Amino acid sequence: MANKSQMRKNTLLGYLFIGPWLICFLAFTALPFAASFFLSFTEYNMLSVPKFIGFSNYIRLFTQDNLFMTSLGVTFKFVFISIPLRLLFALMVAMILNRDSKAVPIYRVIYYLPSILGGSVAVSVMWKYCFSKTGVFNSFLNMLGIPCNISWISNKDTALWSIILLFIWQFGSPMLIFLSGLKQIPRSYYEAAVVDGAGPVKKFFRITLPLLSPIIFFNLVMQMIGGFMVFSQAMIITDGGPMNKTLVYALYLYRQSFAYYKMGYGCAMAWILLVIIGFFTALVFKSSSAWVFYENEMFDGKSNKRKGRARRK
Amino acid sequence: MIRKKLSNTVLFHAVVCAIGFVMIYPLIWMFFSSFKESSLVLSTVDHLFPEKWEFGNYLNGWSGFGGTTFTTFFQNSVIVTVVSVIGNVLASAMAAYGFTRIRFRGRGFFFICMLITMMVPSQVLVVPQYIIFNGLNWVNTFLPLTVPEWGGRAFFIFLIMQFIAGIPKDLDEAAEIDGCGKVRLFTRVMMPLIKPALATSAIFSFYWKWDDFMGSLLYLNSPEKYTVSIALKLFCDPTSVSDYGAMFAMCVASLLPVIVLFLFTQKYIVDGIAMSGLKA
Repeated sequence: MANKSQMRKNTLLGYLFIGPWLICFLAFTALPFAASFFLSFTEYNMLSVPKFIGFSNYIRLFTQDNLFMTSLGVTFKFVFISIPLRLLFALMVAMILNRDSKAVPIYRVIYYLPSILGGSVAVSVMWKYCFSKTGVFNSFLNMLGIPCNISWISNKDTALWSIILLFIWQFGSPMLIFLSGLKQIPRSYYEAAVVDGAGPVKKFFRITLPLLSPIIFFNLVMQMIGGFMVFSQAMIITDGGPMNKTLVYALYLYRQSFAYYKMGYGCAMAWILLVIIGFFTALVFKSSSAWVFYENEMFDGKSNKRKGRARRK
Repeated sequence: MIRKKLSNTVLFHAVVCAIGFVMIYPLIWMFFSSFKESSLVLSTVDHLFPEKWEFGNYLNGWSGFGGTTFTTFFQNSVIVTVVSVIGNVLASAMAAYGFTRIRFRGRGFFFICMLITMMVPSQVLVVPQYIIFNGLNWVNTFLPLTVPEWGGRAFFIFLIMQFIAGIPKDLDEAAEIDGCGKVRLFTRVMMPLIKPALATSAIFSFYWKWDDFMGSLLYLNSPEKYTVSIALKLFCDPTSVSDYGAMFAMCVASLLPVIVLFLFTQKYIVDGIAMSGLKA
């Protein structure tokens, strides 16, 4: 009997500790989550009661709303260019920095600084003026002998690229994660490879890349989710223009919900975004067995993922 | 051999410094531009240093717009950020302790719920949240920005959980044998031990809240309630801005707290990210 009352006491204590989280979770996440799903099947403008209209929002999105398709295309282009490039750059810099030098901590700080500041309004404003007609980027090109006086942010072919570049610029956190991953690879592997006559390219593809693949995978998933939600940079730098070339999904969703007060429509868009993110996350997870490599596979040939994951921590 | 090694080291430093300089250059440029005469900011881009140091930009910028100065905006940001950070870290630590060290019914289920919240895009929640806060009459107050933070964040809960998992359970048991209840165990024993994880959470919580633009954009609609991020956005609006010196001065001012905090705490950040794979 004592055990039972102990159990009850523990349950009470448990809910006491997770209480604040649980209350906020129910009120500000679970309830809105359910409400959003319901609202996506309604017409709602906050003034009158939600009117149930079935799948109309979804049907209209896919059949009549050109801007929806535009924003989807812009976002895909943005995510699939900026995230791989960001990770590539992070890996490259991490490999350069992976050496014993007293200066490395200082370099780490410098390279990480843009990631700390990148989400702020100030940096977006700065970026806007760096890539304007008379901005820093053009003066840099001119210095290199490439005459250039287009405005990168208001040219329809380059506007999205200036935002992509802003994202690549913030490669700090994956870089730090890769760097700590690289540090965990035993030096003896490389030494053995050199004895066997492997060059730097082979060392990279046969040792570094396979051993880092779990970390790369984790970062790819998390960064992609973040990439699909890009909002403030696009709003501040270009505000969706020119000619909707930078109208990212979250910005269009914001306009539908809070500028035109089509809140049911906005919720339908949000659920499509959720499905898209879920789909790509699942895809990356599913395909991971083909390219994510856990260390012990190297030795006993059997995949023992759990152990590999534990090691990663 | 030694010579090769030396030239290799020189090459390393040269390459790393060059990349670093190009990366940081826009920030340096903004800093010096904030001291240039307003009419020269965009016409003397190729000169980094101002010919004449114009400290007045900061005074002009600080006077803000619509009769509200940046003193108000900074005050608002500080209130929102500090209140959020305290609640965020406290609730995250409590939840992390509950999930790792107390066995109770429903633990597994709610733990999964917490993990899922990390994957849900905020856009899904934003409209109903707005309706809820509007119904509570919280719009144009700081409450929508601060109250939800008192539930903690999944990222921090997860980070602190990993840290607690590294603390031997014997310690809990020893304390309990000595008659220390779970609550006291948490406040007296656990909290001091998990300080590094709390510090990392607090720092990131600060950055995210200080930079938060979406929340302020949605919920604050009178200038005396504006936080720095939304005020800066309106201050820098292309249709209204003409004083580029003042604009950059306020941009620099808004980044200053973040940069100072970063320089003092970078060790926690670097270790924290490496430990958890946190996004930022």
